[in-house]
Amino acid sequence: MMLMLDLILRLVLWLLLAPLLPGVINRVKAWVAGRRGPPVLQLYYDLARLWQKGVVMSTLASPGFVAGPAVAWVALTGAALLMPLGPAGAAFSFRGDVLMLIYLLALARFCTAWAAMETGSAFEGMGAAREVSYAVLAEAAIITAVLSLSVQTGSVSLVSMLAPSAGAGAVLLAAGLFTVLLAENCRVPFDDPNTHLELTMIHEVMVLDHSGPPLAVILHGASMKLLLFAVLLVQAVLPMGDMSPLAATGALAGGVLAVMIGVGLIESLLARLAFRRVPLLLTTAFLLCLFALLVAWKGNRV
Amino acid sequence: MNETLNLLIGLAMGLNLLALGSSRLPSLIQAMSFQGMLLGLMPLIMEHEHLDWRLGLIALATIAGKGVVIPTLLRRAMRAANIDREIEPFIGFVPSLLLGAAGTIAAVALSQALPLLPEHAGLLLVPGAIASVLTGFVLLIGRAEAISQVCGYLILENGIYLFGLLLIRSTPLVVESGILLDVTVGVFVIGIIVDRIQRAFDSLDTRKLTALRE
Repeated sequence: MMLMLDLILRLVLWLLLAPLLPGVINRVKAWVAGRRGPPVLQLYYDLARLWQKGVVMSTLASPGFVAGPAVAWVALTGAALLMPLGPAGAAFSFRGDVLMLIYLLALARFCTAWAAMETGSAFEGMGAAREVSYAVLAEAAIITAVLSLSVQTGSVSLVSMLAPSAGAGAVLLAAGLFTVLLAENCRVPFDDPNTHLELTMIHEVMVLDHSGPPLAVILHGASMKLLLFAVLLVQAVLPMGDMSPLAATGALAGGVLAVMIGVGLIESLLARLAFRRVPLLLTTAFLLCLFALLVAWKGNRV
Repeated sequence: MNETLNLLIGLAMGLNLLALGSSRLPSLIQAMSFQGMLLGLMPLIMEHEHLDWRLGLIALATIAGKGVVIPTLLRRAMRAANIDREIEPFIGFVPSLLLGAAGTIAAVALSQALPLLPEHAGLLLVPGAIASVLTGFVLLIGRAEAISQVCGYLILENGIYLFGLLLIRSTPLVVESGILLDVTVGVFVIGIIVDRIQRAFDSLDTRKLTALRE
């Protein structure tokens, strides 16, 4: 009974808090630009509005058009349940759950790309191709980051990997993971979430033909992925295990907020990169994580 | 003390990679000058127990020379030649970045195998020196722009300077100041040569210098 209650509470927390993050980013961007900006709760209104609308289906599309976003959302929710939340630990934790997390994220991406190609539009196929080609590099970086955490702590389960701080390589790891966060969530400088210019879109292209509830599910899933990466980044860097439960919860919330403010500032101050420059930045992120791995490995041996 | 020094050397190694990955000349020059300043600070940290005015003077001269004078000369040459972007290099930015990273890791692994003095074993001086020399070589070989090659040469010199820090107790300060003067004069001369190349070829692409003409 307690287990069920715990699970439900966790789900409610993840599902309800996630749409807040894009609102915070937009608020920071508006503040830097001197505008009033949309309300922080804007995404909640959008989701409610989309949920009441009908779905327009292409005559070409198979049921995969609707199933893709649904499966992606379920995969992201599952990944969220694997992610420990500071002192509360994770809903499910087992040996090697970190691999499960990576695969669930990959499954979510595959399903989004699949649903994008269902409409048979060449334009969406292009977006899907861009998304997965960047993902190859971003995934190399995140796997290296996870490997360095694993070497640092000598464990392969997320709860024990994320409890201590990343040690001497924490700065490198933070920079690498932050870049991966920007790339995976399609923020500036990799992709502009506001753009609707054909040549520059990556993620937005894939969801162009979706409407109504499937689009709401995609948007909600994207915000959950953002929260997931922010939580991973904060817990990888801060020594959560050494703090009292209250302090750890505060640090987690404050850290996620700080990451979002950082994303907002980067989005206001930087322009998006030209396409051919993106692999260079992702390679840099990979190298940062690789050096964090090197530091962790050397630090353990000395 | 070792912690601070290792942090500085680690930063210098990071700047090596920044220099390899940057496609704009101003950021390359900036990385190089910042590395020079870090290197100038290092003797002060290594010998903080018995500082004297000569050491302070050398540190000041290194910081001023590598951090201010040389970059200013290079920036002036760059402005005179009216370029701020690297032309397509022989070795692309991603491959040269990967080469630099592989070189850094190899340098760390190699220095484990070297028979160092016990007081140098915990320091990153040797891997930092080897990594900087390798970075300098990659820049010298892989870039087509004359000014980028100069930056490669200066980063190579930074690596040699790092190696020299191992002998800081026994190197006469005259040698240090002599090297610094040499480098400054070298860059000064290169600045003039760059200007000449620009006038003769309307470009700083060193590939145009390979053909012989009457």
